[in-house]
Amino acid sequence: MSNPGDRGVVWLGSPSFPDAAREALKNTQLRANLRRATSTIRDKRLAVASELDDWEALRESAAAIKKRTSRHLDRYLVQLEQSVTAAGGTVHWAADAAEANRIVTDLVRATGEQEVVKVKSMVTQEIGLNEHLAEAGITAYETDLAELIVQLGDDRPSHILVPAIHRNRTEIRDLFTARMGEWGQPAPDGLGDDPAELAEAARLHLREKFLTAKVAVSGANFAMADTGTVVVVESEGNGRMCLTLPQTLITVMGIEKVVPTWSDLEVFLQLLPRSSTGERMNPYTSTWTGTTDGDGPQDFHLVLLDNGRSDTLADTVGRQALACIRCSACLNVCPVFERTGGHAYGSVYPGPIGAVLTPQLVGVDGDIKSGAALLPFASTLCGACYDACPVKINIPEVLAHLRAEVVEAKRTSERLPTAEAVAMKAAARVLDSPQLLAAAQKAASLGGRALARRGRIGRLPGPLHGWSDTRDTPAPPAESFRTWWRKNKEGER
Amino acid sequence: MRIALFITCFNDTMFPGTGRAVVTVLERLGHTVDFPQEQTCCGQMHFNTGYRPDAVPLVSRFARTFAEYDAVVTPSASCAGMVRDNHPVLAEQYGHTELQWQVAEVVPRVHEFTEFLTDVLGVTDVGARFPHRVTYHPTCHSLRGLRLGDRPLQLLSGVKDIELVDLPAADACCGFGGTFAVKNAETSAAMLADKTDGVLSTGAEVLCAADNSCLMHIGGGLSRQGSPVRTMHLAEILAATEGAAR
Repeated sequence: MSNPGDRGVVWLGSPSFPDAAREALKNTQLRANLRRATSTIRDKRLAVASELDDWEALRESAAAIKKRTSRHLDRYLVQLEQSVTAAGGTVHWAADAAEANRIVTDLVRATGEQEVVKVKSMVTQEIGLNEHLAEAGITAYETDLAELIVQLGDDRPSHILVPAIHRNRTEIRDLFTARMGEWGQPAPDGLGDDPAELAEAARLHLREKFLTAKVAVSGANFAMADTGTVVVVESEGNGRMCLTLPQTLITVMGIEKVVPTWSDLEVFLQLLPRSSTGERMNPYTSTWTGTTDGDGPQDFHLVLLDNGRSDTLADTVGRQALACIRCSACLNVCPVFERTGGHAYGSVYPGPIGAVLTPQLVGVDGDIKSGAALLPFASTLCGACYDACPVKINIPEVLAHLRAEVVEAKRTSERLPTAEAVAMKAAARVLDSPQLLAAAQKAASLGGRALARRGRIGRLPGPLHGWSDTRDTPAPPAESFRTWWRKNKEGER
Repeated sequence: MRIALFITCFNDTMFPGTGRAVVTVLERLGHTVDFPQEQTCCGQMHFNTGYRPDAVPLVSRFARTFAEYDAVVTPSASCAGMVRDNHPVLAEQYGHTELQWQVAEVVPRVHEFTEFLTDVLGVTDVGARFPHRVTYHPTCHSLRGLRLGDRPLQLLSGVKDIELVDLPAADACCGFGGTFAVKNAETSAAMLADKTDGVLSTGAEVLCAADNSCLMHIGGGLSRQGSPVRTMHLAEILAATEGAAR
């Protein structure tokens, strides 16, 4: 097993969440783009989910299937390998990002090609595959519209499903006009910012790639252990092009994506489109089983990636995060994500699911400056994500669990306790004694009222300035409840 | 029925009026309320910030203090949720078998105030009068934690002469989140700004909720903006009898 600190879950190392969020909040265009986009998807999702009488039962089923699969993951993965191999594919096992990147690069090199087309895939972003291929002189072309926008802008995706959610159409038009020519067919002259016009420009640009590429790289939404069939769910048809036209298809898949049987798919194909795009059914569902003579890619490779997943599986509370089907419903309902956008999370997995997945994949005890340890605190624990999750991942439960792990990791790794730990210990001592609590209440009342003007405490210096910069605090009352009770009620009892 | 009030450390210190209001309402309904003095805190701050072991003595104190009562009533959805959802977790993770038993005994008898009124006492009219324009914010812990649903609104609807107005985007978090408001102050403030905009758009005189912590946050923002909108725990509205013949 690789050392968590060495694992690549790109691109941690950017500013910590609170700092990145502070910067992002200054961008009013970003906030407006995010609010419009997330609220639209949110409403669509609610409408199509409420059409199904058995929505809650579907969520229960999905959670149960994922739970069962993760309990017997070793068995299902070996079964998947056997099925894929029997169907003419080749299975590779990668313990971490470096190994997966090496495998894919070697496979592309063996074809003699210098270009690959890509189906939108989270896992290849997780391992930084495009960057790795570029170092080996291989160009990877993203073919999903939003991923194309991100790639042309030398940008980072900010959302799992809608990677360019932080861009509006005028920004996209400008990007197409400026950059498309460097990557292939240029944008038409006088391109407008009408969505249909932008989509047509992307179509023309990408068609050239689809028709010439000999190698495609994809991720996978699901893979069935019983038949070895791999599934990709998408909206634009670019995936279908990549999965059928090239000679060689290389699929990188996290080991948690396996499901036991074809019949399990029925549950997920009802939940995923409704939860992600708010559609009853997504436009394109591609499935393939190994290779077929004279039809589609003749060479199929499946790379099974661990990269921290086995460690996550070992955590009895945290492992539920592996059930994620990457629908991003949690992002769209998250009040924090809506304000900060995805970049602040410093990971390809942003939002609530990123806040529970990233720290587990890279470990909370490793590099504190990596920022992964701060992600579980990037939440008010409001619970909207848990309600929206189609596979019932109790994200607030995992967040609270990871917070305890972060605190414990700091306690064991640092020589002196942190100021926060000292304060918490002191508070615990006071709160475990009614006498000390009463004394503290008296002190708070005197101190608070000394600070207050007209019953309100304004701006404060020190660690509480973050609170007091935008909020007044009421002065504590002269008498606590327990004091009032003792004076007025005690005698009656 | 032996009823105990669990005031919560935060209300005890900052909002004693809410505790008095709970006592007023329950007494008006013909019940006697006790306040066991050994009570302190449910441990929510420690649990949510990651200091679980520090919360364990508080779990134990809570179970001991309230062991004798038929019902433990608290005017805080988030503290009720902490007891219900997380005391068993802490007892299992850190406690001996006896603590697990004590917690399992007390947890089903712990009720958030509005839940107690509607589900246990079966009342929605508590004899209150409050002739003001009021909007209600369902806090995250009431809405998605305890699933209070429209219980608070049923109770508010039973108040004489109240003018209830809907809060836009009511189910959105106000951005408080305990230590979140300090650790991620700017993000919290951005959420707060949207919540206060919503409150102001209703033209309400009073904003109420089942958690004073969220109300202190929203009220603090309103006050800083110079808004005259008052924040009140809904127990205080249910206790009010402004101008009513008694």
